[in-house]
Parts: sequence; structure tokens; C-alpha cells
Amino acid sequence: MTDKRATAAEVVSELRDGMTIGIGGWGSRRKPMALVREIVRSPVKDLTVASYGGPDVGLLCATGKVRKVVYGFVSLDSIPLEPHFRGARERGEVQARELDEGMFYLALLAAAHRLPFMPTRAGLGSDILKVNPDLKMVGSPYSEEEVVAVPPLRLDAAFVHVHRADAGGNGQILGPDPYFDDLFLMAAERRYVSCERVIDTAELAKEGPVQTLRVNRAMTDAVVETPNGAHFTSCVPDYGRDEGFQKVYADSARDPDAWATFHARYLDGTEDDYQREVRAG
Amino acid sequence: MSPTRAEVCVVACAEAFRGDGEILASAMGTVSMLGARLARATFEPDLLVSDGEAYLVANDLPLGAGDQEKVVESWLPFRAVFDLVWSGRRHVIMGATQIDRFGNQNISCIGEWAHPKVQLLGSRGAPGNTANHTTSYWIPNHGPRVFVEHVDFVSGIGNDRAEPPLYGFHEIRRVVSNLAVMDFEARTGEMRLVSVHPGVTVEEVVAATGFELLVPDDVGETRGPDRKELRLIRRVLDPDGLRDAEVPA
Repeated sequence: MTDKRATAAEVVSELRDGMTIGIGGWGSRRKPMALVREIVRSPVKDLTVASYGGPDVGLLCATGKVRKVVYGFVSLDSIPLEPHFRGARERGEVQARELDEGMFYLALLAAAHRLPFMPTRAGLGSDILKVNPDLKMVGSPYSEEEVVAVPPLRLDAAFVHVHRADAGGNGQILGPDPYFDDLFLMAAERRYVSCERVIDTAELAKEGPVQTLRVNRAMTDAVVETPNGAHFTSCVPDYGRDEGFQKVYADSARDPDAWATFHARYLDGTEDDYQREVRAG
Repeated sequence: MSPTRAEVCVVACAEAFRGDGEILASAMGTVSMLGARLARATFEPDLLVSDGEAYLVANDLPLGAGDQEKVVESWLPFRAVFDLVWSGRRHVIMGATQIDRFGNQNISCIGEWAHPKVQLLGSRGAPGNTANHTTSYWIPNHGPRVFVEHVDFVSGIGNDRAEPPLYGFHEIRRVVSNLAVMDFEARTGEMRLVSVHPGVTVEEVVAATGFELLVPDDVGETRGPDRKELRLIRRVLDPDGLRDAEVPA
């Protein structure tokens, strides 16, 4: 079994300008924020970011990394609208591809299965079809029915955050919802998993039932240990969302000065600096 | 103490689920979520109710209850929600930033989508929900900027876009607002006033609606909670009074 352990800087250095990246988790839940912060520190730009969007999208928009966002929604959950994404859209700083959130799932599935499309009823009659003129209808070969043909969402790279992983890239999700993390990995050329803790392979099955072993090593190219790496999003059962910090983050969208203050305190330094500032409160 | 407006709205949302049987009752919003839980606790006991995360919960829970209080009857991660949506065994009460006379709903943006004046949540699952199963709406701020002639973006599809046979699974059952209960006339698909809440006049509702609302001769008064329902709302489902933040007394 190949040892795939790497640092956040090593995996992010593989990104190139203009790539399409997918980010796992959902809203403000179990986002690979340590890897997102590493992208913020890197020189990469013009990314297309596909996500069940939360502060991952907001942070990358606010730091000028994004050319285009592919989303069904962008939300901080307890704060319904993501203020940094909202600002970027309203100022015309990012392009958008808005999909129904079920279509988004099927787009990942089509890419993972190497299929040309997945059929769905989602989107019929809605303006999703109007603002995505590339989306086409397909007729059933068995009946008169016509449905939407969702094209694959192929990713150059995918980033997900899990609770435990071994050095070979087997990942374990201990929380109540695996979201679509496995599909993000399977839809991508380069697959990066961050985790709270790297443990021995023999320990994985002791940490939780076998159904928690959602990511196998054929789905993974690199493993990065990032303790508290989903902060400030939730990573239950290891830790919940840091609502106080999330509010500070959301408030930093208020004006350029507030954002500069937030950036200087939390994003100018290393991940260790970030975690130290968070502990300092 | 007589029922508050919020409590009348909870009952009106619960009534939207009457007759639904063994399906997932979903709701986005405090009052509508209370409605789903109240319906399950009273006249619609077979409904499935989620905790908003990944569990289906069997007991009558207060809003914001911790995990230790939950009797988990099944597991419903988001991927399984889509299976349920596409199977049709679900009735959702969504919100709407804008809604038109045919029930087209907008939660995406205000202004042109390409250059939004206000970026909202994004369409989320509204297109897929409305194309696949019964949908209702809960709107706590009935006014002409919400009930509009034309929505800026169609997230959830209205009756004028749901032509058979393509959209045979589409049904918008009810629109519950802080003022009234509406449904849709079968022939034209247009929104129609069903009842006004106690203390609200038909004229007020018409004035607060930015399109021509169908007003039949027999508009009734929305029923309030009975004693059992009132006790459930106040003591069991929402002891902290979160409903009052959505519909002030």
C-alpha cells in the first residue's frame, strides 16, 4: 500500500490556474477548510469551483481565486445567505452556473461513471434551463417522455474532509451524513482527502461501523492530516460548527476594512497561525 | 389565552399535509416545520419527519432539540432525500422570496440572473421538488413585493409551466401566509383565496397581493388550533416560542 501522506502545501501546489475543482461537504458542514485556506495562500487563480456551497465558496470568492462558481445554493446554514459569495455575485466578480441541487448530484454521478449524461425530471419548466442553454433534453427510447440530460461535471481536482484516514487513503466519515464526498472524488482527476487524524489501517474498523468507510484508497491520491481542519464548519462528532467564528467571518463581508482586518488576522499566516488565533478567541 | 397569529399559521401549515399518509413531510421555516410536526402528532400520524440533518425522528420533538432527545427511526442523508424526492413520496413546504399567481417561486436572485441586484440562496432543490412531488409554500411576510405579477427567476415551477403529460407529478397544494390560506383554481391554475386568518379582512389580503387574486364568494376564516393542538404547540413542539420570531404577535 502506497503511503499517500502529504502536506496541504504539497497538494495545493499541484493546482494550476483555470482548473475546475470540486469541494465536498454541504453548506457550512464538514468542509475541507484547511485545504481551502491553503488555496487562499497559494498563487493559483481563475478557478471554477463546484460545491454544495458554504464558506469554501465564499472564502475563495473573497480572495479573488474564482472565475466561476457551479452551485445549487451557497449558504452558511445558520446564516442563510453566504455574504462573500453574495457580494461577489452582486459586484459581477464571478461567473455562475446554477443547477438544481439534485442535478448537481447527477452531474457528479455521470462524471464518476464516465457516462455522457444522467436523465432527470429536475429542472423541467424552470429557469435553470434558461440560464444554462447548454442543458439539453433527451427522449426516452421506451416512451414518449422527455427529460433533462445532465452532462457530467468532470473535475480536475477534488477536496474533501473526513474524520479518520489511513496513510493509504482509506477515509472514514463518522458524522451522520457522508454528503457527496465519494462522488466528488470519483468525478476528479486528482483526489485529495484531508482528515482530522491519520490512524493505522487496523484501527479504522474499531472507530466506527463498516458503513463509515465511505472512501477507499482507489479513490484517493493524497492524504493530509489537518486537525480541526473543517473549522469553522461542523465536523460532528469530533466538533460542531463554531457559530461565533462564523459570525465574525460573515460580518467581515460588511466593508473592505472589515475584510482586511479579518484577512490580516486569520489568513496572512500559516494554518498553525490560524489555529492559534482561533484558540486565542 | 386565545391563539396567536403564529399558532393559526402553524395549524394552517399542518392542514396542508392532511391526507398525505406515509410520506416525508419536509418544511423550510419555523412555522411550517411546526406544522409538519403538529400534523404528525395529531391527524396525520403516518408522516415521516426529519430533524433537518440526517435522521428521521419518531417522537414529538421541540424545535432545536439535542440528539439525545431524538428517537431515531431511520437514516436520511441528503443522497437518500433525492431518492425520496424523485420517487414522489414527499410533500415539501418551501419558502419564497417571490411567488406569482401561478405559483412560480423564486429563491435564486432579484433582478437579472446574469447581473443580480440581490443574490439569494440559489435554486436549491426547488426545480426538482416541484417537478416530482407535492409542494406548498409558507410565506411569513405577505406583501406586494413577495406576491408579484412576475418572478425574476423561476426556481420552483408554477402551474402555467406544468403542462401534462410532461409534468404529471407537479402539484402546488397550498400557499399559507401570515394573512391567509390560498390554493389554486384547477381550470386556470391561478391562485385563489381560501380563508383569511382571524382578524384579517379579504380586502387586506387583496391589497397585500401584487397580482389579481381570485376571490370566491365563500371565503372562510382559517380555523385556529383546538385545545389539544394548542397544548402541543406551546408545551411540546415549541416551548421557547420560536414561532413568534417568524410571525410577531
